Amino acid sequence: MAQVSSTSNEQSSTAKSITLKISRYNPEHDESSQFMEFNVKYEKWTTVLEAILDVKKHFDHSVAVRYSCRQATCGSCGMIINGKPRLACFTKISELDSDVVTVEPMNNFPVIRDLAVKFEKLFDSHQKIKPYLIRDDTELVSDEKEFLQTPEEVEQYIQFANCIKCGLCNSACPTMATDSSFVGPQALAQAYRYVADSRDKGKDSRLKIIDDSHGIWRCHFAGSCSQVCPKGVDPAMGIQLLRGYMLGFRS
Amino acid sequence: MPQDEHKEGIGGMMNPTRYGIERVAYLLMRLSGLGLLAYFVAHIYETSNILRGQVGWNEFLELTQTTEGHLFLAIVIAMCVFHTVNGIRVMLGHGGVGVGKPARPDYPYDPASQNYRHKIGIYSSIVLAAVAAMYGLAVMFGE
Amino acid sequence: MRESTIMKIHYGTALAAVALVAVHILMRLTQNFAESLEYESVLANYKFIPYAIMLELILILLAVHGFNGLRVILIELKQGRIYEKAVSYGCLAAMIGLIAYGSRTIIMTNMGLV
Repeated sequence: MAQVSSTSNEQSSTAKSITLKISRYNPEHDESSQFMEFNVKYEKWTTVLEAILDVKKHFDHSVAVRYSCRQATCGSCGMIINGKPRLACFTKISELDSDVVTVEPMNNFPVIRDLAVKFEKLFDSHQKIKPYLIRDDTELVSDEKEFLQTPEEVEQYIQFANCIKCGLCNSACPTMATDSSFVGPQALAQAYRYVADSRDKGKDSRLKIIDDSHGIWRCHFAGSCSQVCPKGVDPAMGIQLLRGYMLGFRS
Repeated sequence: MPQDEHKEGIGGMMNPTRYGIERVAYLLMRLSGLGLLAYFVAHIYETSNILRGQVGWNEFLELTQTTEGHLFLAIVIAMCVFHTVNGIRVMLGHGGVGVGKPARPDYPYDPASQNYRHKIGIYSSIVLAAVAAMYGLAVMFGE
Repeated sequence: MRESTIMKIHYGTALAAVALVAVHILMRLTQNFAESLEYESVLANYKFIPYAIMLELILILLAVHGFNGLRVILIELKQGRIYEKAVSYGCLAAMIGLIAYGSRTIIMTNMGLV
């Protein structure tokens, strides 16, 4: 299934063009995925998401892609772009330095259709690690102040609070490539985010949750998760620091 | 394409080309571990030939003391050194040593955990493995 | 056993094995390499009790570390309750088997039953 099309009539004369290869697959009636090719004009600032939307607008509106904010905040448009997991809205075609841009659905996530994948397992794993502050005093008495933190205490976890749950880290992780029970770098980094928060008292219960045969010990510090994170979360660091608690390097 | 979970599979897990030297180290660590386990089992069997007396021992020694045997042993030495040095690096990393400190990230978000200390550790383990293999070859073939 | 306990054993056996294997290899280099592999030389090593104890320790440490490493790789490759139990018990059995086989060599040689 290959289709060569062009959007030349709507672009300015400064635009260059690339071949955009889009993986097409509908689990309801397709045996396997196939690539459709489109010739797309682009400017220096054109993102991969814009190119895909261009294809939807001009050639094939049935291309399935999930997106929302277009500014790397919602975490919806994660996909494999030229072999690596990236956010389509955060990846400029000009930065890819290639005449052919291949887009595929993220690995290690079930495909809904074309480029859209299911996030249920990611959200389940995220929920499993109790992503909220745990305290003994569940209700604040009215005359009490809020929980104050020093800037140093905030620094301990704020980086990990940037996670937008886009799933790129889980897609890049070598363990997730074969282990469907692994809790994954996203959830583990979030476990660290709450454990490192000075207001939280749920360290022991979270460490217990991730201390199983498909928990934190299945991370081998390959660091691929950190390399693809579009928000600078550095899940690999969070996971190792979290493991530091379990090995007695941190208290 | 297995669509149920759309896992990358063993091919994806073993592909060392996309994520830098850390992923290469991950693959080499696995391969060297498996190789060393295989050698260890073979070595236990090999040394059990001492129970067959001097004749049995010498017979088995003749099988291993060949050019191919020496080359194989050099690879084992390389695997052993790499697995040891990189293993110590990974173990320290697992304890949170040398992985950087949490901080507000700035664009372009270079991950602090993938820092020069760990990269030096990986390259050192590869270089030391090569040097040890060459030393091993010099000892084995130098006699 | 909790996974953290297993992995602490994994790290501990690795560190201890590194130290002892280094001694084991250095012992090969105290004399000419080919000479160190001669029957009498190897037999003398086995009969020297501290060295035999060290060999036994290396055997246990590496068997535990190696087969746990294999278990980790195998349970990451495929999942399922029965498969994972089979892998865990299989690796444990292989570990015990190898230790028993290696110990037989060390003990019999040390006691002069060759």
